[in-house]
Amino acid sequence: MKEKVEALKQEIKESLKSVASVKELNDLKVKYLGKKGPINELTSMMKELSIEEKKEFGKILNELKNETNTLFEQTRKTLEEQELNKKLETEKIDITLPSTKLHIGGIHPLTKVIEEIEDLFISMGYDVVEGPEIEEDLYNFEKLNLPKGHPARDAQDSFYITEEMLLRTQTSPVQARTMDANLEKTPIRVICPGKVYRRDDDDATHSHQFTQIEGLVVGENINLSHLKGTLEEIAKKLFGSDREVRFRPSFFPFTEPSLEVDVSCFKCGGVGCSICKGTGWIEILGSGMVHPNVLRGCGYDPEKYTGFAFGIGPERVAMLKYGINDIRHFYTNDLRFLENFNRVEGSEEK
Amino acid sequence: MRLSKDFIKDYIDLSDISYQEVADKMVFAGNEYESIEPLCKAKGLIVGYVEECTKHENSDHLHICKVNLGNKTVQILCGAPNIKAKQKVIVAPVGATLPGGTIKKAKLAGMESNGMICSIAELGLESKYLTEEDTKGIHILGEDAKIGEDALHYLGFDDEIIDFELTADRADLLSIIGMAYEIGAIYNRKVKLPTITLHETKENMNDIMKLEVNTENCSIYLGKIVKNVEIKESPKFIKNRLMASGIRPINNVVDISNYVMLEYGQPLHFFDKDRLGDKIEVRMAKESETLTTLDGKERTLKTSDIVITDSKKAVALAGVMGGLETEIEKDTKNIFIEAAIFDPIHIRYTSKSILRSEASSRYEKGIDPSRTLLALNRACELLEQYANGEVCSGVLEYDKTNKQDKKIELSLEKINSVLGMNITKEEVSDILNRLGFEHQIKDNTFEVSVPTRRLDVNIKEDLIAEIGKIYGYNKVVGTLPTTPIKKGTYSKKRKLERDIRNRLCALGLKQVITYSLVSEKEIPLFHQKQKPVVLESPMSEDRKMMRQSLIPSLIHVYEYNIARNIHDISIFETGSVYYLEQEKYKEDMMLSGLMSGIYEENTWQNRNLKIDFYLVKGIIENLLIYLGFQNRYQFDIENLVAELHPGMSARIVIDKNPIGFIGRVHPSICKKEVYVFELNLQKILELKIKSIKFKEIPKFPSVKKDVAFIVNQKVNSKEIEEIIKKSGGRLLTNIDVFDVYVGENVGQDEKSIAYALTFSDPNRTLNDEEVTDIFEQIIKDVTTNLNAVLRNK
Repeated sequence: MKEKVEALKQEIKESLKSVASVKELNDLKVKYLGKKGPINELTSMMKELSIEEKKEFGKILNELKNETNTLFEQTRKTLEEQELNKKLETEKIDITLPSTKLHIGGIHPLTKVIEEIEDLFISMGYDVVEGPEIEEDLYNFEKLNLPKGHPARDAQDSFYITEEMLLRTQTSPVQARTMDANLEKTPIRVICPGKVYRRDDDDATHSHQFTQIEGLVVGENINLSHLKGTLEEIAKKLFGSDREVRFRPSFFPFTEPSLEVDVSCFKCGGVGCSICKGTGWIEILGSGMVHPNVLRGCGYDPEKYTGFAFGIGPERVAMLKYGINDIRHFYTNDLRFLENFNRVEGSEEK
Repeated sequence: MRLSKDFIKDYIDLSDISYQEVADKMVFAGNEYESIEPLCKAKGLIVGYVEECTKHENSDHLHICKVNLGNKTVQILCGAPNIKAKQKVIVAPVGATLPGGTIKKAKLAGMESNGMICSIAELGLESKYLTEEDTKGIHILGEDAKIGEDALHYLGFDDEIIDFELTADRADLLSIIGMAYEIGAIYNRKVKLPTITLHETKENMNDIMKLEVNTENCSIYLGKIVKNVEIKESPKFIKNRLMASGIRPINNVVDISNYVMLEYGQPLHFFDKDRLGDKIEVRMAKESETLTTLDGKERTLKTSDIVITDSKKAVALAGVMGGLETEIEKDTKNIFIEAAIFDPIHIRYTSKSILRSEASSRYEKGIDPSRTLLALNRACELLEQYANGEVCSGVLEYDKTNKQDKKIELSLEKINSVLGMNITKEEVSDILNRLGFEHQIKDNTFEVSVPTRRLDVNIKEDLIAEIGKIYGYNKVVGTLPTTPIKKGTYSKKRKLERDIRNRLCALGLKQVITYSLVSEKEIPLFHQKQKPVVLESPMSEDRKMMRQSLIPSLIHVYEYNIARNIHDISIFETGSVYYLEQEKYKEDMMLSGLMSGIYEENTWQNRNLKIDFYLVKGIIENLLIYLGFQNRYQFDIENLVAELHPGMSARIVIDKNPIGFIGRVHPSICKKEVYVFELNLQKILELKIKSIKFKEIPKFPSVKKDVAFIVNQKVNSKEIEEIIKKSGGRLLTNIDVFDVYVGENVGQDEKSIAYALTFSDPNRTLNDEEVTDIFEQIIKDVTTNLNAVLRNK
């Protein structure tokens, strides 16, 4: 008996070796473990044995059954794995073929610059306020210390609609509107982004429509040092953390002192290159201390309050920052131009 | 303002400073410059002496010259008609530079030539200064020229010019003397003013002429007569300085008037006295009065023009242009000199419509009344010296000007509190001295006298700016204001714009920005008619009115890109539209988009997602849901926009408020399939949005049932859905269309729409029976109300 069992065990092991598929395995399982299989046959032979022998042989037989089952399970696992692998092999794709193109949307580069500046100022406690583009001469000029006939009006040739209404030539009127609207005459911290218009023929450096961001801070003891500190923040934010800022005196009717602001060249770091025309500095904005006539005209007592104001041109910033050589690109909207800006900016933040 | 180095040196000593440094220092005093350039571009020219000059045998015009250059004698070939031996000439030896290039040794008609003998025209002066003589032949130098010396120096052409771009407030810098004061303040140097000496005749001016000023727009009018002038060429220094200053020399008399204007900043006008008469009246022009100006044009004057008259008719447009009749001519003998100040604003209006000249631009910015008489006398002096004129005594005079210094009181504390610096009392006092501002100090307060030449310094802040500029703004150290901490905000409108931009970008659309000014023909398109905002004097027909819809501009962008072979275009813009409503100017914020071509591209798998109405509708729904309008918006076909395809457009409604539209652009406008949409953000801003609240996730299973109806083609899915919703009641939680069929299996005017209905109850599992009941009811209601037939599977 024992020999028979041993021989059967060997036979099963041998036949499992040549099994190639789960189906063959199943057939083999029926052959050996099925009702008419040899193991069952041996079991049925048990009746003829003595109790002693039954006990011993039963144990052997049980072991055979368990062992056979385990063998079959192991083989099944291996086979299944092989079959799956084969299936995966046939499913293999060429991952180098092109993807489904999801067209990438993007924000206009001017909006990118404006939002960057807005976010900076919001983080410093400024409010973003807006004003009308169709503006009164009163706010665009007169309240800004530019009475009718003032020669400085020449620098801002305007699109008039009527004698008293025009397309604003600057975002500065929002300064005056903000001060006017503040009935309690409390301190102010605002920036005013928006579109402005001037009678310029469109060319590589001029546009009859462009954008500006005006900044205004009014309070007690506001001075030039605060202006410089604030502008340093803008320069660093827009052009990199090691930028420096310098003042050059200038003239704007609504500020006194008036200052042009240069930032140290972000390309060469100040030694001189083609971007800064060899000077190491790039002019980026105009600024100054709010003229007492402007404060007074808007109901603020210039003896008590001082303020600073600045105006920055997002077109100029974007042109410098991204190396754009023609202002018309911003308004032509060639999709190949816009595509340059449909991604996030590399970040300096740690 | 062009500042000649040779000119300024008479008023301030700059001999030890490079002119480039002066220019750069001036920038930090607020005076930017455009360029710094030599008067002549030529370099390395020397005075040569032609010792021998023989005709070249093989040339009809060349001469072979032996030219003594001081340290050597060289052979130079010259083709000029006026070349002769024994004369001094300008030589560009080998190595010298002319505007045309560097001079090299050359062979001309077989003979060696070691340089070039030059005409004035070859030196690189601006062509407007050249006379016929300058271009005709070589220039013969005077006997006093030293052989071998720098020829440009001899000619007085070795000048350098800084071309300043002055700010509008610095009227005082439109004069050499003003420039001298400014540079003097920067370098702490004294200004040398000309001393004027006149040899007047006994004849008194006031016996010859009378003056009447009948307008407030002339604050000072002074006149003097110079007799028997001899009109000829100006001396070299006057001509050269005028050229360096950008003014073409004419003759000694005209040149002197310009020269004095440059010196003092006071424009002068010279009349031919003999054609002027004996009485001057200054007044405003009369309605339709005419005057022939010296450019030969007859001009009809406006009542805002100030005129000089001979008491009968206008003889000059004050401050802008003289009259032809009284112009200085070659035979002019006696001159009446006008030195006056006119109202800047009136001059500005007149010059704007006629001519902006050196004189008018000075008047527009303002003139120092203390210099009017000085300039008048200076002109007389120069006419005496360089035109042999005889100056009559006395001055014809009308003067209402205030020549007192302006007094400004300013505390040290105020200075430092504006500048944010720590300037000491001594430093301030020193700066005021440098500026030439007399002052007294009481405690820590300065009582400053600002001279009349500084028309731009009137209040404390102006003075502080002057102090800051001399002290140096680079000394300001940046700090941030210590104001109370508060949060920064942006408006609801700004936030909405940002939310929309971010969403649409995420959905693959690109933001564009286009011009607000459009042509008249674009005005009526894509919107309900409003009164347009029109420019008073537009620059072109294309930019004439303020737009009332963003869509025509988006179509331009579309066409621009299509023309460049870019076919997949998904763009949007947020911006204002403008109109007049009851005489008020209105600006409404709009969102518009344009989509055309392929949205998702996968050609090799044949799975391109083409942009069609439903895709654009999906974009809008996605956006509206993102903005918080889930279950509040609808698309209907009321009030469709005429410029859209009538069968492929819809109105967008939120809570019964029409807020926009969507549709395919009418094929008569765009042949290809182009879809556009517009949302009125101004209206959306007025709508309330509920705050986010967590809704319990359903705990009990839902039941799904499918149903298909055959209906007439005219029936909209929305009508069916509304009935389903109504009959389905509370337990019907979702309706989806999963099939639409038109074809042979249904009637000719029919279509089949299949819906997947979802039923659920948040509190329990639904039983089959109740769902079936509702389902049956839905079928019954749809079939009876819409004449629909239940489609069997």
